[in-house]
Amino acid sequence: MQKLINHTSILEDNWVFLETIESSVPTGNVIIPGSYWLENKEALISRQDIGIWLDSDAEPDSFIPEIANLPLIAIDFPAFANGRGYSLARLVKERSQFRGELRAVGDVLLDQIYFMKRCGFDSFLLKDGLSAEKALDYLSTFSDPYQLAFDQPSPLFRRKS
Amino acid sequence: MYKYDSYDQRIVDERVTQFKDQTERYLAGELSEGEFLPLRLQNGLYVQRYAPMLRVAVPYGLMSSIQLRKMAHIARTYDKGYAHITTRTNVQFNWPELPQVPDILAELASVQMHAIQTSGNCIRNTTTDQFAGVVPDELVDPRPYCEIIRQWSTFHPEFAFLPRKFKIAVNSHTKEDRAATLLHDIGIKIVHNDAGELGFQVYVGGGLGRTPIVASLVKEFLAEKDLLTYLDAVLRVYNLNGRRDNKYKARIKILVKALGVEAFAKLVDDEWQHLKDGPGTLTLEELERIKGHFTLSNYDTLANDEAVFTKQLAENKAFSNWYNRNVSEHKIPGYAIVTLTLKKLGTPPGDITDKQLDIAADLADKYSFAEIRSTHEQNLVLADVKQNQLFDLWQEAKKAGFATPNLGLLTDMICCPGGDFCALANAKSIPVAEALQERFDNLDYLHDLGEIDLNISGCMNACGHHHIGHIGILGVDKKGAEFYQVSLGGHSGPDASIGKILGPSFARDEMTNVIEKILSVYVEQRVEGERFIDTYRRVGQTPFKERAYAKAN
Repeated sequence: MQKLINHTSILEDNWVFLETIESSVPTGNVIIPGSYWLENKEALISRQDIGIWLDSDAEPDSFIPEIANLPLIAIDFPAFANGRGYSLARLVKERSQFRGELRAVGDVLLDQIYFMKRCGFDSFLLKDGLSAEKALDYLSTFSDPYQLAFDQPSPLFRRKS
Repeated sequence: MYKYDSYDQRIVDERVTQFKDQTERYLAGELSEGEFLPLRLQNGLYVQRYAPMLRVAVPYGLMSSIQLRKMAHIARTYDKGYAHITTRTNVQFNWPELPQVPDILAELASVQMHAIQTSGNCIRNTTTDQFAGVVPDELVDPRPYCEIIRQWSTFHPEFAFLPRKFKIAVNSHTKEDRAATLLHDIGIKIVHNDAGELGFQVYVGGGLGRTPIVASLVKEFLAEKDLLTYLDAVLRVYNLNGRRDNKYKARIKILVKALGVEAFAKLVDDEWQHLKDGPGTLTLEELERIKGHFTLSNYDTLANDEAVFTKQLAENKAFSNWYNRNVSEHKIPGYAIVTLTLKKLGTPPGDITDKQLDIAADLADKYSFAEIRSTHEQNLVLADVKQNQLFDLWQEAKKAGFATPNLGLLTDMICCPGGDFCALANAKSIPVAEALQERFDNLDYLHDLGEIDLNISGCMNACGHHHIGHIGILGVDKKGAEFYQVSLGGHSGPDASIGKILGPSFARDEMTNVIEKILSVYVEQRVEGERFIDTYRRVGQTPFKERAYAKAN
C-alpha cells in the first residue's frame, strides 16, 4: 500500500484517485483528471469533494485561472527524473488563487521530496514499498538553502544578518 | 578567491551526508540502478569502462594551493596517481571505488570543494575566462557573477531535473572570448549600456553535441541586479517547454530554434515580468560581499621589462620561446600571466600526476599568491607572477613537465578521455592525440604553423569540443571499427563558428597523414600573418578537401 505523508506526519489517504472517468464522477472525495474537470467545469464547480490531477505535460495557461476553489490538486511525476512538475507546482502555488492541498503523485521517491516540498507540495503519495517514517527524514536534507522558493520566499543572501 | 562562510560550508557538509546515505542505500539494494543513476550523475559520478569516474567541481576554474594539494592527495590515495583537467575546468578522477566516493567528498568538503552538479540534467559548473581579473581590456572581473550563479544554481529545487544538461558561461573581456561563451546554453556577456551602467547581454541556445549551434541574443541589456530573476525566467521557460521525449532534442538550443529567437525571448520576458524586482533581485550588499572576495591581490609596485628580465630573454632562446608562447600580458606593471601546459608528448592532454599537482601547488605558493586556475583548454594558469621571477619559475616548470612552449599551437590539443576510459565513446581519442603529438614534435615547425586549435572528441557528445576546433576530429563507429571524421573552420572566439565536415571519415592510421596534408594546404595558401583559421575562411574548404582525398599516384 502506498503511504501518504505531509511535511510532518503520516496521513490517512481520504481521496480516491481516478485515472479516467468512465461515465460520471462518483461522489465522495475523488481526484479526477484535470482535462475532464476543465471540460465539465460548469457542472462540477460547486462540488467540494472533487480534486484534480495534472499530468506532467499539463499546460499552465489552461488551468491556472480555473483552480481557485479546488480542495486538492495532484501533480503526476511519470518518472522521477522528469522535473517539469516542479515548475508546475510553483505556478500553482505562486500564481493562482488555489489554497488547497498540493500533492505529488506518481514516481515519488525519497531523494526528490525535499525539492518537491521546496516547490510547494504539501503532501506526497510515496511510491509503493517506500517507508513513510523514513521519508519524513528526507524532507529536511539541507537546512538553509541558497534560493528562494515557495517554502522560503527570501533567498539566503536576504536572510543572512 | 571566494571563501565559504558557515552557510556555504553547511551545504557541502550536508551534501556529503546525503550522498553517503544514497550510496549506502544503493549498495544495500534499496535504490535501484535506475534510481541511483541520476543521483550519482548529479554528483559527477559516471560508471565507466573500468571504474566509476568522479568529476570534482572547480567553480570557474579557480583553486587555492591547499585545494590543489587535496587533489594530489585524492589522486594518490583513491586513484592511480593522476587526475585529468576537463574542458569545463573541472578535475576528474578515473579510478575511484564507489564505496569510497563519500570519503572523497568528505575530503573535498574539508577544503571547500564538492562534486555537486558536475554531471546530470541540471545546471553545471559556470565557466569564464581563465585570465579573469588580471587581463588587460576586461570590463570588470566576471568571477563574482560566476559565484553568484554557482550559489543560485546549487540545489535549485525547481531545476534539479531539467530536460537535459545546462551550461552557463560568463565573459567580460572586450576583445577576446576565452570561455567559448556563445557555445553555451546561456552565454552572459558583461557590458555597459549607453548610460554607462553595468549589466549583461544574454545569449541563449548555443551548444556543441549532436547539433552544434552558436547562441542567439535574447536580451540586449539586463541590469546587474536582475541577473538571477532573469536566469530563473529562462530556466523556467526551458523546464516547462523543453522536450523530454527525445534526449537528442532536449537541449534549450532546440527549443530556441523551434520557437524562433523572438518568440522564445518573449516567453522569457513575459515570465520575467512576474519575477522582476521580486525578492530574487540582487541586493547591493550581496553584490559587494561577493565582489569583496575577488579584490586585487597585494601587488608590489614594479615596472615592466626591468633590465635583468630583458637580459634573460635576450640571452636564452628557450626561455624567450616559452615566454613568447606561454606567458600573457598582465594588467599590473611588472607582472605576467603564465600558462602551465599539460600537453607534453606522451601524456594524454589534460592529464596531471599527483606529484605534478603538488609541484603546481608549490609553484602557486612561491610565485602566484597561492592560487591556480584550470582552463577549458585543459592547462593550468598562474595568474600573478612577477616578471623578474619568470626565469626561475620557467626552470622549475620545465623540470615538472609544465613548460612545453606550445600554448595555442597544434599540439596544445583539447582531447576528451575517449574510448580508453569513457563508456559513451565511439572511438578512442587519446591515441590519435598521441600520434599527432609525435608526428608534429618539431617546435620550429609548430611555431611556424602558428595558432591552431585542434580538438578531438571520441563521440557526438563533443566533450573535446571538436566543433569549435579550427581542425576538429570526431571519433565515429563504422560497423564496429573506429573511424574519424574531420571538420574544419570551427572557432570559439567572439566570432565563433561551427566547423564544417570535410567528407567521409578516415581510419585511425590515416589520421596523421590527413592532418599533415591539411596543414600543407594552409602553408602553401597562407599570406603573411594569416592564422590557419584566417586562411581557411578566405580560401574555403575546397582546396583542403581536394588534398585530403586526393588519390596517391
